[in-house]
Amino acid sequence: MKRLILMAFMLIPGFAFAQTEGYKVGDVVKDFSLKNVNNKMVTLADYKDAKGYIVVFTCNTCPVAKAYQARISALNTTYFAKGYPVIAINPNDAGTVPDESFQKMQALASEKKFNFPYLLDPDHVVTKQFGATRTPHVFVLNKTDKGNVVEYIGAIDNDPEEVNSTKVEYVKNAVNELSIGKKPAIVSTKAVGCGIKWKKG
Amino acid sequence: MRIFFIICLCLITYSAAAQVKLLKLDDLDKRIANGKDTTYVINFWATWCSPCVAELPNFEKLRLANLKKPVKVLLVSLDFKSKLQKGVIPFVLNNKINAEVFLLNEPDQQEYIERIDKKWSGAIPATLFVNKKARRFYEKEFTETELKNTLLNLK
Repeated sequence: MKRLILMAFMLIPGFAFAQTEGYKVGDVVKDFSLKNVNNKMVTLADYKDAKGYIVVFTCNTCPVAKAYQARISALNTTYFAKGYPVIAINPNDAGTVPDESFQKMQALASEKKFNFPYLLDPDHVVTKQFGATRTPHVFVLNKTDKGNVVEYIGAIDNDPEEVNSTKVEYVKNAVNELSIGKKPAIVSTKAVGCGIKWKKG
Repeated sequence: MRIFFIICLCLITYSAAAQVKLLKLDDLDKRIANGKDTTYVINFWATWCSPCVAELPNFEKLRLANLKKPVKVLLVSLDFKSKLQKGVIPFVLNNKINAEVFLLNEPDQQEYIERIDKKWSGAIPATLFVNKKARRFYEKEFTETELKNTLLNLK
């Protein structure tokens, strides 16, 4: 009997933490409307000339996200002109972590001269739709007749600390491949990042 | 009695020289392979990961409860290597962490995440229970009771 109880204990967390929601490669993304740091609403449909999007879940405080800030700006610099703008979304709840507030997002965006929208996702609605689990977490979308299709999910590259001699730039490669009409060779990668700070209660 | 004092002295010197060593996965594998009947409870954490920091005391309790058993608690930090001296070591000292602490020294996340466990997304905290016969990986936070029970049920 004791053993059964112990086994039950073991099973509960397993189920509770199994991740089921969120987009997978090949899924069509539902458009969203979120407030940018300039107080204007941003939707994917606003980008009439876009061929796709680089959606990045990132935040103010995570050391891994901070290490990638310049690389995210560089992605937008390179790919906006090619039709693949960066759309950054902060998935964290400011009630849980005050430094993730909208005001702090505005301050960061102006300090670092973000050249891309940095959007607030109150109540994690869009974060949950995508199934983002950490920052930074990237979803590369390709605009098609049936909608914006997820073509890549994962890390920006395999070199957060910029010390890896065998660096592979996953997002760049995926977008380059899409831009010449090919499917990305690598469609998903894993990475260590900061867990999302969910709203409490 | 004298031996008791010597042991005490060793323990004191050991904790005073709180060290964080760099760790390669090859070395970890060797240690597990040479560990005879030892079960290793290997927690992957980082100083910046608040749920990780919150559960560290549970690992200390598990370590203390199993001092006389073949159980080793290893805390493997995934902090940046550049944070070793100014971030990780002061954290270990300030929080009086007595378990063995390492900083993972592997450049390619893609490779090491897969190597530790195929199911791992890379999110932390995550914990590996491993001995020569069993290997269980959990991408989750642990309470003190869950840690104890998971260790007891490791087959």
